[in-house]
Amino acid sequence: MRQPLLEIQNLNVGFETNRGLVQPVRDVSINVYPGQTMAIVGESGCGKSVTAMSILQLLPTPPAQYLGGKIVFDGRDLLKLNERQMRGVRGKDIAMIFQEPMTSLNPVYTIGDQIMEAVTLHQNVRGKQAWEIAEQSLREVGIADPKRRLESYPHELSGGMRQRVMIAMALSCKPKLLIADEPTTALDVTIQAQILELLRKLQAETGMAIILITHDLGVVAENADVVSVMYASRIVECATVEELFDHPRHPYTEALFKSVPQLGNDSHRLATISGSVPNPAKFPPGCKFHTRCPRTRELAQKSGDAVEIVSDGERFKVLHACVADEPATNEVTRNHWAACHQLPEYAGSQPTIPRLDYKRQVVTTTTDLQSTLRSQEFGK
Amino acid sequence: MSASTAPVVSPFTNATQPIVEVRNLRTHFPIKKGLLSRTVGYVKAVDGVSFAVEPGKSLGLVGESGCGKTTVGRTLLRLIPATSGEVLYKGENFFQYHGEELRRLRRQMQIIFQDPVSSLNPRMTVGNIVGEPIVVHGIARGKEKDEMVASLLKRVGLDPVYAIRYPHEFSGGQRQRIGIARALALSPDFIVCDEPVSALDVSIQSQVLNLLQDLQQERKIAYLFIAHNLAVVEHFSHDIAVMYLGRIVEKASAKELYANPKHPYTKALLSAVPETNPRPTRQRIVLRGEVPSPANPPTGCAFHPRCGLTRIAAQHANANETIELTIRGESTRVLAKCVNECPPLEQKQGEPGHVAACWVER
Repeated sequence: MRQPLLEIQNLNVGFETNRGLVQPVRDVSINVYPGQTMAIVGESGCGKSVTAMSILQLLPTPPAQYLGGKIVFDGRDLLKLNERQMRGVRGKDIAMIFQEPMTSLNPVYTIGDQIMEAVTLHQNVRGKQAWEIAEQSLREVGIADPKRRLESYPHELSGGMRQRVMIAMALSCKPKLLIADEPTTALDVTIQAQILELLRKLQAETGMAIILITHDLGVVAENADVVSVMYASRIVECATVEELFDHPRHPYTEALFKSVPQLGNDSHRLATISGSVPNPAKFPPGCKFHTRCPRTRELAQKSGDAVEIVSDGERFKVLHACVADEPATNEVTRNHWAACHQLPEYAGSQPTIPRLDYKRQVVTTTTDLQSTLRSQEFGK
Repeated sequence: MSASTAPVVSPFTNATQPIVEVRNLRTHFPIKKGLLSRTVGYVKAVDGVSFAVEPGKSLGLVGESGCGKTTVGRTLLRLIPATSGEVLYKGENFFQYHGEELRRLRRQMQIIFQDPVSSLNPRMTVGNIVGEPIVVHGIARGKEKDEMVASLLKRVGLDPVYAIRYPHEFSGGQRQRIGIARALALSPDFIVCDEPVSALDVSIQSQVLNLLQDLQQERKIAYLFIAHNLAVVEHFSHDIAVMYLGRIVEKASAKELYANPKHPYTKALLSAVPETNPRPTRQRIVLRGEVPSPANPPTGCAFHPRCGLTRIAAQHANANETIELTIRGESTRVLAKCVNECPPLEQKQGEPGHVAACWVER
């Protein structure tokens, strides 16, 4: 069995606020294998970005505190490294690209200067040689005329180009792990398609692992090998991408899939998830999803063990177990983890740490229109 | 503005009178430079757009950022002055009204903005935000107004006791509901929805979309639904218009556009939407390059520098009908017509009313 490249074990992160300690990451365990794409899906405030920032320790402490857990990368616990050692990891072994390509580039330096900074810091080269590495990395991400582009400033580039520059910068030191935090959210769909294709191509070439953080289920379906679904600071479900989309087990995942409009689907009304995402400062007791969960409401109709709750101005019954106790992320069926009391397999299963050394075979079919249309006839 | 500026194409061949009809709308923004701010050119954000929205129906307007879709929505409500063209509201030319008559028409046409944070005044209570249009238009005041506000809040799914709270106390989805309640306050029959759900979480999006749909059925409101997410637009709209660089390049019913797209840009756009299925069934068309600047648009068909269709067509055409171009350092051959002449929006094979602007596709 292969060793994971990154092992996050029971990570807990807290923030000291004037309303007390809030925990945006609770008991999160994630294993990423070399060459794999692990997607972390969830809505805003679910803790997916904080998890990513913790890996590189980009959170300012205080207010952030690492309350427990381990982040083992290549045999070293990153949480035990000091700031100087951490600087050797950031950008070299683990690189990160952010959602907003405009604010993550420095407007007063040229593209070349900014890529060179990473290269000279980690690769023990300087001057002309570093410049050449920078030029090569721009060429690899498909930027036309890289020599001239090295001299341009971020404002001279479009959003898609800037994101390419970010990727070039992240990949210039050949990292083993790339953390992509909503890499295409700020981009248009046609540009998103270009960037995702580029990431897939670069991953195939370099064999790096990717942690893809997103809220877009389409992006997940297309790019992930393994998916972890986060809700209210915890991982509520983890499985391979096919398994998750074919058999979602957690009611949140299930409801999320149903509420997304799909192209070519005629259904008149969308399914909704009632209520809103809970605030980490005021989490409900027990299972954090019980206030919005359709499954517990339905089961409570017939069960004697139900309690009445009020949430978002609505009064309804839920099962007592869902309010009393927070379910652990159990391996409910082989290689499928979910945190829900009401799954028939939950009672007999164990709360193990999800490990899935899985890489899917499917390569997305892309074309440049010409081949698609070649079969058609053209009249004069 | 004379009646002679008739649209190039009659938008929809339906007998019902449209509630809003836009004819040849143009919005050009001057580019100023230098010490004396001389006008050195124009950004043609909207360049000859025509469409009609029928009562109680939704027209979806899609396109990528910078294509002018938001400018269309704002120009037709006169939030931005139009350069030329006309907007007819129930047959009356909205652009010719002034003063009291304009205010009367404005009640009927409202807008919901994309960003539920910046579109609500943080210093006003929710009750005042929703009640302001009612007071401004002299519909009600005092207790009567408060009752109207309460029923509006209830209708959009908010507890009326929230009327005394401030916008920052609400989540994004709730704030968007406040924006919707404000738009409904004057009982309009036409609402421009400018990316109403793109700032919201996935699980909240469907709540807001369903609310908008219910309101449409209840009150027979027509929507101009502006969005960049094709799946959302396809779900929500009866008809869809696709914009590229200030112009509509294709327009059809939602079903027809999805099943039988004609314009190569529409095809690429549809194929670029990621499928929520780990075993994709669609072929992805990756467009090369980016949307050109509307300050300096390409000649002829604005899509020709990125178009795959004209390139294949050029391989089958006579040499004198084609032109050699150098695009992003690559030399390619395209049809001369695509570079020289702008294609009109014309009926294509398929459903009646399915129009597209392309020289090659029939």
